[in-house]
Amino acid sequence: MTIVIKKPRVSVHKFTSCSGCQLAFINMGEDLIKLTQLVDIIHFAEAGPLGPDEEVDISFIEGSITTPHDVERLESIREHSTFVITVGACATSGGIQALKNNADSDLWMRSVYAKPEYISSLSTSAAVKKHVKVDFELWGCPVDVKQMLAAVRQLLFGVAPLDLNEKVCQECKRRNTVCILVTKGEPCMGPVTRAGCGALCPSYGAACYACYGPAENANVEQLGKRFIGLGFTPNRVKQKFLSFHNATPEFSKANVFWADGEGVKL
Amino acid sequence: MKESDLNSSSSASVEYSPERDIDINVPVMVRVEGEGALEFTAKNGEVEKLRLKIYEPPRLFEQFLEGQEYTQVPIMAARICGICPIAYQMTSIRAIERLFGVDPGPWVHDMRRIVQCGEWLQSHALHIHLLATPDFLGYDNAIAMAQDHPDTVKRGMKLQGLGNDLLTLLGGRSVHPIGLRVGGFYRAPEKREVSDLVDRLEDALDDARGVVEWTAGLSLPVDIQAFNCVAVHHDHEYGMNEGRVVSSMHQEVDFDEYPQRFREHQVKHSTAFYSTLDGEGYLVGPLARVNLNFEQLPQEVKNLCADVGLKFPSMNMFDNVRARALESYYSILEALRLLKDYQRPRQPYVEVTPRAGIARHCTEAPRGLIFHQFKIDGNGKVETACMIPPTSQNQASIESNLKNAVLEFGLDNSDDDLRMLCEKIIRNYDPCISCSTHFLNLTVHRK
Repeated sequence: MTIVIKKPRVSVHKFTSCSGCQLAFINMGEDLIKLTQLVDIIHFAEAGPLGPDEEVDISFIEGSITTPHDVERLESIREHSTFVITVGACATSGGIQALKNNADSDLWMRSVYAKPEYISSLSTSAAVKKHVKVDFELWGCPVDVKQMLAAVRQLLFGVAPLDLNEKVCQECKRRNTVCILVTKGEPCMGPVTRAGCGALCPSYGAACYACYGPAENANVEQLGKRFIGLGFTPNRVKQKFLSFHNATPEFSKANVFWADGEGVKL
Repeated sequence: MKESDLNSSSSASVEYSPERDIDINVPVMVRVEGEGALEFTAKNGEVEKLRLKIYEPPRLFEQFLEGQEYTQVPIMAARICGICPIAYQMTSIRAIERLFGVDPGPWVHDMRRIVQCGEWLQSHALHIHLLATPDFLGYDNAIAMAQDHPDTVKRGMKLQGLGNDLLTLLGGRSVHPIGLRVGGFYRAPEKREVSDLVDRLEDALDDARGVVEWTAGLSLPVDIQAFNCVAVHHDHEYGMNEGRVVSSMHQEVDFDEYPQRFREHQVKHSTAFYSTLDGEGYLVGPLARVNLNFEQLPQEVKNLCADVGLKFPSMNMFDNVRARALESYYSILEALRLLKDYQRPRQPYVEVTPRAGIARHCTEAPRGLIFHQFKIDGNGKVETACMIPPTSQNQASIESNLKNAVLEFGLDNSDDDLRMLCEKIIRNYDPCISCSTHFLNLTVHRK
């Protein structure tokens, strides 16, 4: 007899973001059509299906949590999902907009909007896991299609997805990219950044800017000291860490290590 | 080619009083990029409220850029939009280069056109096939549409993939490319990479012509709007990332004059801003570009238009989708023209020395005109930043269009038909809501 396995039900939700991680789905192209044969897409507003409160097996969440309404939506999503997977920097760490967490965000709102009272906004940009339990995190700004598909496949097979948290340096070694920190003195963040991008920037001769977030055992302080040794100012070093994943515990230490950097606005 | 009239209705057998109270609320707009809602109320035959409410939280990018070195601006600004990161990188890079007096040379100029062609192609293919045409063929979404029209959807996705690969050729990846820098590119592609892509571009020409023919043959609504079209124009090439801003009303604006001629103001129901040019609303986007720059398209594109019965300039807003198809075809031709005799340069960038002052530039994002302004100090650090995306510039036109179209259609139609009409119009503009909720306005009118 044929064993009928229930088709998994999947939703894609968007919070505060640039929509680039949703493109990991849309950029699949024809494979997106194939994916719809493997799973039922219940909610994906940008692509069309609408069912924000339906029961699903997996909810993918793009974007950070920045309004009280976001929190309510998120709690409802958690209640209706077996697995919640955060997709990309904004959902996983609060994203670049979490820079406002360290600043006078009310002052910022007033400098951008003439009538800030029209806008309801939390004073912080939070990762999803600050509000609800998260089952797996896909890092990257943006998330990589292969990474995301691998997670879906692994869940469909009933196994926990593999968390790839080794350093970008390992990817440089695998692709035989000459180290630009050692040979060119570039302020490369590869030694503290998790793998996933394929060591893309170093292969172009450009310094990694940590768009994939902190790696395991990220030694922020010593790398920062090395950058200072190369001639970068403490403030510039601080900015390297306080970027797309500034709210992570690993990178936010830059606020402590280089608290006295001149002209610091962040 | 058959055009359906906006006045047709699928509920002809039921009478609806135009004087009834109408209250239509669509809290989540589907098939748009970002978070928006439709709100529509009418009473006694008069429209009370009709608007696209943009409620995505602001991300305050201008503040993040303050204090950053100029080299970080393209990296950070790209994150404003996942579908059109090149528009943000290109505009900021060119603004800074012009301030610093940097001329990166003809090779860089051509390669930048290629990445912009790639972004237009992928964005247009995505919008045509995934966001807009399900409306015209009666489907909730492209996934459902693919069941009955598999070849059409696959063709669209293939073109989108080709656009992404053009971006990857020079940018390293298609979402938030890493290959662009002030002064040029970090890396020049090998000849082999280019020749592989040239083969695919040549193969794609038939598909691109097919999309033009297909959209020309679609039964699209007629929605005549007398908007002032605004776009980048260049004397020698189709307006993309160099030139000046021109309009249907024959206004001409150098990029440096943008702050004096354009204004923005905030409205209560939206976290985006409304724009005016010389005090009036205007239209940006593919239809505006094709209307203003049609004569500069290659002859084979103009011939194809004549063959399939398309006429530009056009005031039918639903020709926006056809303008996109036309520009997709043009993007492939242009990329082919620039790549077929590709020579790898000795160095893909020029050296840059910072200079203090105000950096300004405009380019054409897939969705329309984009403006950047940065005040930079003598060490190359950003003091202030201002980035204005297309969607805020179209906000006033979208709402004006909605009102005109609803009154033309008639309030004696059912709520469902009125709602569907409004949704089609909004999606036709391809609003990018993530872009429009990030930025600072130049002049704040405080009360």
